[in-house]
Amino acid sequence: MKAAVIVFPGSNCDRDCKVAIERSTGAEVSMVWHKETELPAGVDLVVLPGGFSYGDYLRCGAMAALSPIMADVRAAAGRGVATVGICNGFQILCEAGLLPGALLRNESLKYVCKPVELEVTNAQTRFTSGYRGRRQVAMTVGNGEGNFFADEATLERLEGEGQVVFRYVDNPNGSARRIAGIVNPTGNVLGMMPHPDRAFEPELGSADGAILFQSALASA
Amino acid sequence: MSALPAKSLAETAAEFGLSPTEYDLIVRRLNREPNLVELGVFSVMWSEHCSYKSSRKQLGKFPTKGAAVIQGPGENAGVIDIGDGQACVFKMESHNHPSFIEPYQGAATGVGGIMRDVFTMGARPVALLNALRFGDPAHPKTRRLVSGVVAGIGGYGNCVGVPTVAGETNFHRGYDGNILVNAMCVGLADADKIFYSAAPAPGLPVVYFGSKTGRDGIHGATMASAEFDEASEEKRPTVQVGDPFAEKLLIEATLELMASGAVAAIQDMGAAGLTSSSVEMAGKGGVGIELDLDKVPQREEGMTAYEMMLSESQERMLAILKPGREADGSRIFEKWGLDAAVIGRTTESGHLVLRHHGEVVADVPLAPLFDDAPLYDRPWVAPRPRPRLSPADVSAPADYGKAVLKLMSAPDMASKRWIWEQYDRHVMADTLEDSATGADAGIVRVHGTRKALAVTSDVTPRYVEADPYEGGKQAVAEAWRNLTAVGARPIAITDNLNFGNPERPEIMGQIVRAIDGMAEACEALAFPVVSGNVSLYNETNGVAIPPTPTVGGVGLIEDYARRADFSSMHAGEHLVLIGETKGELGASMYLREVLGREDGAPPSVDLAVEKRNGDFIRDAILSGQVSVVHDLSDGGVIAAAAEMALASGTGAQLNAPEDMPAHAFLFGEDQGRYLVATSAGDALLAAAETCGVPARIIGEAGGDVLAVLGLFSLSLERLRQAHEGWLPGFMGE
Repeated sequence: MKAAVIVFPGSNCDRDCKVAIERSTGAEVSMVWHKETELPAGVDLVVLPGGFSYGDYLRCGAMAALSPIMADVRAAAGRGVATVGICNGFQILCEAGLLPGALLRNESLKYVCKPVELEVTNAQTRFTSGYRGRRQVAMTVGNGEGNFFADEATLERLEGEGQVVFRYVDNPNGSARRIAGIVNPTGNVLGMMPHPDRAFEPELGSADGAILFQSALASA
Repeated sequence: MSALPAKSLAETAAEFGLSPTEYDLIVRRLNREPNLVELGVFSVMWSEHCSYKSSRKQLGKFPTKGAAVIQGPGENAGVIDIGDGQACVFKMESHNHPSFIEPYQGAATGVGGIMRDVFTMGARPVALLNALRFGDPAHPKTRRLVSGVVAGIGGYGNCVGVPTVAGETNFHRGYDGNILVNAMCVGLADADKIFYSAAPAPGLPVVYFGSKTGRDGIHGATMASAEFDEASEEKRPTVQVGDPFAEKLLIEATLELMASGAVAAIQDMGAAGLTSSSVEMAGKGGVGIELDLDKVPQREEGMTAYEMMLSESQERMLAILKPGREADGSRIFEKWGLDAAVIGRTTESGHLVLRHHGEVVADVPLAPLFDDAPLYDRPWVAPRPRPRLSPADVSAPADYGKAVLKLMSAPDMASKRWIWEQYDRHVMADTLEDSATGADAGIVRVHGTRKALAVTSDVTPRYVEADPYEGGKQAVAEAWRNLTAVGARPIAITDNLNFGNPERPEIMGQIVRAIDGMAEACEALAFPVVSGNVSLYNETNGVAIPPTPTVGGVGLIEDYARRADFSSMHAGEHLVLIGETKGELGASMYLREVLGREDGAPPSVDLAVEKRNGDFIRDAILSGQVSVVHDLSDGGVIAAAAEMALASGTGAQLNAPEDMPAHAFLFGEDQGRYLVATSAGDALLAAAETCGVPARIIGEAGGDVLAVLGLFSLSLERLRQAHEGWLPGFMGE
């Protein structure tokens, strides 16, 4: 099993993702600098980590979405390779058009860091199958722009097609329909604001994130 | 600076904060009048901020050595040994003046500056703390300052990706005109790969890298060494602007450059920017340095030599590379997209020589700049002692329940959730305890090991105000106690000494006595000072802040499975009070918040007892006998019990003893005490007796109320509303 974590200038959860994947799955994890143009051959999981790529200075994720490596990320996603964008990574996937919607400024207008309970809205995805029917999992959020937005038609489509994967029990940022994570129509690209990479061992308050990485690689 | 030629240099010197005597000294050292650039260089190097001219003599009292100390004060940060070839690098620094004038940028750049001090030594920053003191909540500026400072700290630390795990926040009218923003950074490095600033030899390239130099922050160090008056807000242009994205790139590039083996010496450009970094590197190395200012990456056109040397633009580093290693630098700086240039060389001259547009614009010997800065033994008067208060001098509350609600919702006691939820506490995925989790110290794992660092920031300004000596002792003791309460072995401290104008004998008296107390506590607890910062002139219109010597403590946990918190108390457990209670109510939180009085002597700290009780608690944690521990501080027994109950979601029923007045027992702030919840209370009492440690069972956990038999009973729900409600309410949410 092989995973790749993309490192953009300003990514700050890149190491966390690497460690989380290694400890929860034993997979070999490559760090791929954003200026590379090719992912490692035979990669089973691509992770776009959290952080503040390019300082979030234009619009969160907007510049990173144009990084050289993104062409191959897009190609891999098109081939069905499991692709996960966490926090800033979710914002990048939206900016890159790999997922619908956008992440707006939090309703409180403040950064928010707190543990969150998540409903597993769709337990049938390749990322959530490992939860084996558990309805609720625990992770943490840490973001200033985590307020998921999409137009009504898109939200209806996401709901109708089972693309809403996680929902907040208590909405921390004003996200439409309490949405915390979504997948693309083919179910291999996941974007989520909560951090599975900060919830991979009980000492960290939750190990529920480990199951997500295990599921993603088990289905590869 | 176009207005300058109209004035004499001596007048300009006065504007730069140099006294006439100091100006004369410069002229004597140079054997001539300095030019404007040289005068600027002298004025910042001899500012209080850079030279510690008023405090240096006093700072010499601190114990700075110990088995675990690798590097004490004098470098960018202190370094301690944490075993297995690993080192912990840490320091605390103030950004008080800028934060008052421009709270967001002032606080943000404070965080940026302290992180640079740590990674300049070769360490990766792994934890941030902050100690904040604001004015009276009723003061019209307070809310805006809280909002701006918190957003600035979060905006910078969150972006760089270092967790903010602990801190403290006080409100008092004494800070109305001068808030305090003290930021601490803790980093990890290999003990044999620590980097220093001393230039090792002449003839080596001096490399500038990071952000470009602009006109921001010129004379910031001088501003930080002056009092405020009504015109101070006009100093806003001297506040720097932070770019945390640039800082993140700078950290990665710096650590990569160090790993490449190219670095001979390195120094960040902090206060007094290019001036202090070049002077420190050359001065410490005993070499000269020559800089060509035309090569400095510049953000603005037409900058003068004076402006470049005095700029405090952020996120800049100065490195001296080993011979022939410039290519390593270029490759790394290009990867991280940083501006960089070789701007000079070290020389044999012993002088700082600056060239601009092909001409020498400054040529001064380094020795007077670097180590001949004036040293003042300022006159001081001993603080007037306050009378001790006996319980009989302090009235009991008419309604204990109301008093407890008032205490737990007081600005200093209320939950700071509104603040710490704006800080990323979890990035790096090694945080075990943070402001949210109910433990006396923040705890982060030493990445990839079973070890963890415990970190805390402490001082009780009302004690220091009441008695600087006892208050100084208490600040150190409380930091030691907080680390002990989580099961850590306290190793060393950094300090941030915030006081008023040292030229006033009564303020100097506070400084002298607080340092006496701190030094004594450091000695007795084997808790040396390894780094620190002094912030003086915290006054507005002649009114000084309460003396606030903040202590940042670091301790080591050998196996993070063996530690304690105060959030896992269970129903049925005994509450055991460790340490002696006499009922010290002088300068207490109860006295101030419930009775509206700020008089009396503070509790005294018996350092031998502190050590004995603390060692007992730590041993009990490490042996697995106890795992729920809370130190007793502000608000005494009842506040600790309330915090344990709220954090655990389990109530507590206490019995007030009959041998002293109930209010003295519940609200007294006697030192050296802990509250423990354990299912084996009797065994703990027996162990305590063996060690000669006073201990008694004072109640039991359980239910959903906090109650003292015969006095009051409060539902946890009501207590939580009071405790959690104050700050959001104050902030208008």
